[in-house]
Amino acid sequence: MQAPDFQLKRDAFGRLVLTAADGSVCEGVVPVRAFPISAPGEGIALVGPDGHEAAWIERLDQLPQALRQLVEEELARREFVPEIRRIHEVSSFATPSTWKIDTDRGETTLILWGEEDIRRLGKSGLLIEDSNGIHFLVRDINRLDRASRRLLDRFL
Amino acid sequence: MISANNHGVDQLSALPDAWRAEIEAGLGADESLQVWLETDLDTGLRYSRGLVALTNRRLLALQAEEPKRREWTFQPELSLLHHDHAGVGTLELRDAASCLATWRYTIGQNPAAQRLFDEFERQLESRLSGRPVERPPEERCPKCNTLLEPGQEECPVCAREIHAPPSTRTLLRLGRFARPYRWPLFWGFILTLISTAAAMVPPYLTMPLMDDVLIPYQSGKPIDAGLVVLLLGGLLGAAVLAWGLGWVKTYILSLVAEHIGSDLRTATFEHLMRLSLEYYGGKRTGDLMARIGSESDRICQFLSVHVLEFATDMLMIAMTAVILFSVDPWLALVTLLPLPFIAWMIQLVRHRLRIGFEKADRIWSEISNVLADTIPGIRVVKAFAQENRETQRFRAANAINLTVNDRVNRIWSLFSPTVTLLTEVGLLVVWAFGIWQVSRDQITVGVLTAFLAYITRFYTRLDSMSRIVSTTQRAATGAKRLFDILDHVSSVPDPARPVRLGEVKGRIEIRDVGFRYGNRSVLRGVDLTVEPGEMIGLVGHSGSGKTTLVNLICRFYDVTEGAIRLDGADIRSLAVADYRRNIGLVLQEPFLFFGTVADNIAYGKPDASRQQIIDAARAAHAHEFILRLPQGYDSLVGERGQGLSGGERQRISIARALLIDPHMLILDEATSSVDTETETEIQKALDNLVRGRTTIAIAHRLSTLRRANRLVVLDRGRIVETGNHDELMAREGAYYRLYEAQARNIDVDLDETAEPGWKMEHKAKDE
Ligand SMILES: Nc1ncnc2c1ncn2[C@@H]1O[C@H](COP(=O)(O)OP(=O)(O)O)[C@@H](O)[C@H]1O
Ligand SMILES: [Mg+2]
Repeated sequence: MQAPDFQLKRDAFGRLVLTAADGSVCEGVVPVRAFPISAPGEGIALVGPDGHEAAWIERLDQLPQALRQLVEEELARREFVPEIRRIHEVSSFATPSTWKIDTDRGETTLILWGEEDIRRLGKSGLLIEDSNGIHFLVRDINRLDRASRRLLDRFL
Repeated sequence: MISANNHGVDQLSALPDAWRAEIEAGLGADESLQVWLETDLDTGLRYSRGLVALTNRRLLALQAEEPKRREWTFQPELSLLHHDHAGVGTLELRDAASCLATWRYTIGQNPAAQRLFDEFERQLESRLSGRPVERPPEERCPKCNTLLEPGQEECPVCAREIHAPPSTRTLLRLGRFARPYRWPLFWGFILTLISTAAAMVPPYLTMPLMDDVLIPYQSGKPIDAGLVVLLLGGLLGAAVLAWGLGWVKTYILSLVAEHIGSDLRTATFEHLMRLSLEYYGGKRTGDLMARIGSESDRICQFLSVHVLEFATDMLMIAMTAVILFSVDPWLALVTLLPLPFIAWMIQLVRHRLRIGFEKADRIWSEISNVLADTIPGIRVVKAFAQENRETQRFRAANAINLTVNDRVNRIWSLFSPTVTLLTEVGLLVVWAFGIWQVSRDQITVGVLTAFLAYITRFYTRLDSMSRIVSTTQRAATGAKRLFDILDHVSSVPDPARPVRLGEVKGRIEIRDVGFRYGNRSVLRGVDLTVEPGEMIGLVGHSGSGKTTLVNLICRFYDVTEGAIRLDGADIRSLAVADYRRNIGLVLQEPFLFFGTVADNIAYGKPDASRQQIIDAARAAHAHEFILRLPQGYDSLVGERGQGLSGGERQRISIARALLIDPHMLILDEATSSVDTETETEIQKALDNLVRGRTTIAIAHRLSTLRRANRLVVLDRGRIVETGNHDELMAREGAYYRLYEAQARNIDVDLDETAEPGWKMEHKAKDE
């Protein structure tokens, strides 16, 4: 485990403050995953408020514990991709269609504008964009229960 | 203007029941609720309801978990911050030293959050200073915070939020397209009725042929030649009649079906043309092509062949049933025995077939998508030698097509023979039951023969009728996919009562405009007024939102927040086509349609005279190179004007913009993709174009904008500087550095040249 050449801490406003190797300070950096879907644990940029990359993290699991926790916390605050656990009902099989769903973040509804807003991820994953631009994840269709799968299948 | 108090009462009654009692009880004397925001996420981003309410004294927050209720009384140094990222908005309350609270919500609540944010500053300011609230004299939609026109009651944004899905009984909805043809349809139906009835005659005549001619002959009576001739004549007559009528009715109905199909196709295309760029942004070309092309054809097929057959079959079955029952009810009952079974089976497979067909259609679209992707991109495919990979992609889509169709075929291949089997068994039962009845003298041999003649037809029809299940489902899915397009409401809709555009002066006001593509916020708080005849130069690095701003001005998209006005009228209240007629647009990548050069120049004004076309071409400095083309103005330019160079195409598109003589002119990097020499040519053309019009020009090379009255510098969706060239140079800000760098011929990224200070001008920031 190699130590990164920058330091990170959280200030009273809850922002991340980065101190680079050369001593320059950047307030309010945010972690951004380079491949949020295909490789979430690799390649994370710390981007400053000016939109410039201030630091680069090769692998999350190679960071020292404290640093890693800070980054993960901040990622958790920024990332919102509810994972669909169950589809209770859909208002219609024609779009736009309103779905009542259960996610890992609680129950909600989503409005699907069109079938093309469902994007396939690999063999059995799906990423569904709702009318507000929020992305919902289905990690593995085959792990959904039968009823949900039946409903979902009509849109694929 | 809404008075603060009235406002409060409205706000309280509009509050969801769950919160009202709690808030109402907590209000002090002469404290009133100003605005509220219902949050739908907690700080850990789980779905959970909460409320942030603003009174004229404090900010209140309610939530489901502990602490259930928090409040912050107004005091100096209190400030709100509001930003959003990836569909989640965040509202942060701070004092000078730290963050006091954060609230999260999904982006749908954003207008309410914006309203809370705006009102917070006003109320805080008023409370601390003791002055009454200064509210700008404008009305905003209570739901979405859009600026409303004076006197405009219906908010143009909310009015269009139609989330209702289309009805699924789509085939019936084809009725709308059938209405114009109701008379031909009526006659077609009458003819069907008569020809079917005529076809019922021959089996009926077998009864007297058997019972009055053949059976008596077997028992020794001579054949009555007259009767035989009469009966055979009847048979022939009925057949000829059925043939003639069948011919006419098939012709009429096919004609009508063809018309309906073509109307449907045109209507869909017409509707498609009206949809906004947002729609096209989310659709794939191949999919749309497949829908309009093959689906409408499928529906047409269905209407012309299958519906007709089906109607005939139904009539035939009904008539046969009537005749059979009138001849012998018991035998008739036995004959109809397989019917319920078949109905049950149809019910069983119908659903599966429909799902299968839906999938098959989608895959068909996918196949078209691969085509629509590769063919225009063929140069890239070849340049990178990826022919095999594209073939592979095509093969994969095709393979899915095979599997999906295989599923359908498997269901279908079982269904059809089963129906045949049922009818065979039915025939057997009728024979058996018939012989039994004959043996007991309940019916004559003639009756049995007639029955058999009827039901052989009847059963074959039944078989073909069951086939309609598949075609109906197929057409229904096709219709659904077409209606998907037809039901889509344009996101830049024409207003119900458009404001008439009088004489256009060309004053463009951009008021506090925010815009997002989906959940991605691209423009924020843009304020700009362009006076009539003024030329504005829009500069900023690539991705700063210049094109987006221009798209909003053209109303290719509607603003997410704020408003754009032309001569004081919100452009959303104008008829779209009326408005766009006043805009001349020249893009970086000019698109030439397949047709002659002259057609392309006259695209915006098809009735232009040849003289006008030539004048426009001259002004655009295109005349001379056009004359050098083999057929001058009559030369054909290919699908994308491939026969012409970039600069030549650009000048044609400038001529196109010149010809419509617009009041407003928009140039989006019109000269960026050409060499300097051509640019000088184009620049000369543009100088002609700009004269006397309100112009917004975007240019990469700053020297191109020397004629601009004002320069506006955009950075990350915000205006960071405005002024003319000299002012901006004197200010030594972002523009100065950009210009200097360009003068030294270094391509510079605006970010690097920027001071940190000017970015923080607005508090509402987006990450
Ligand atoms: N159709 C679109 N959907 C989503 N994002 C878009 C779309 N068009 C542009 N953007 C994004 O909006 C930002 C501004 O783009 P644009 O206005 O084209 O910039 P400019 O013209 O200044 O180079 C860019 O970050 C771009 O990625
Ligand atoms: Mg651009």
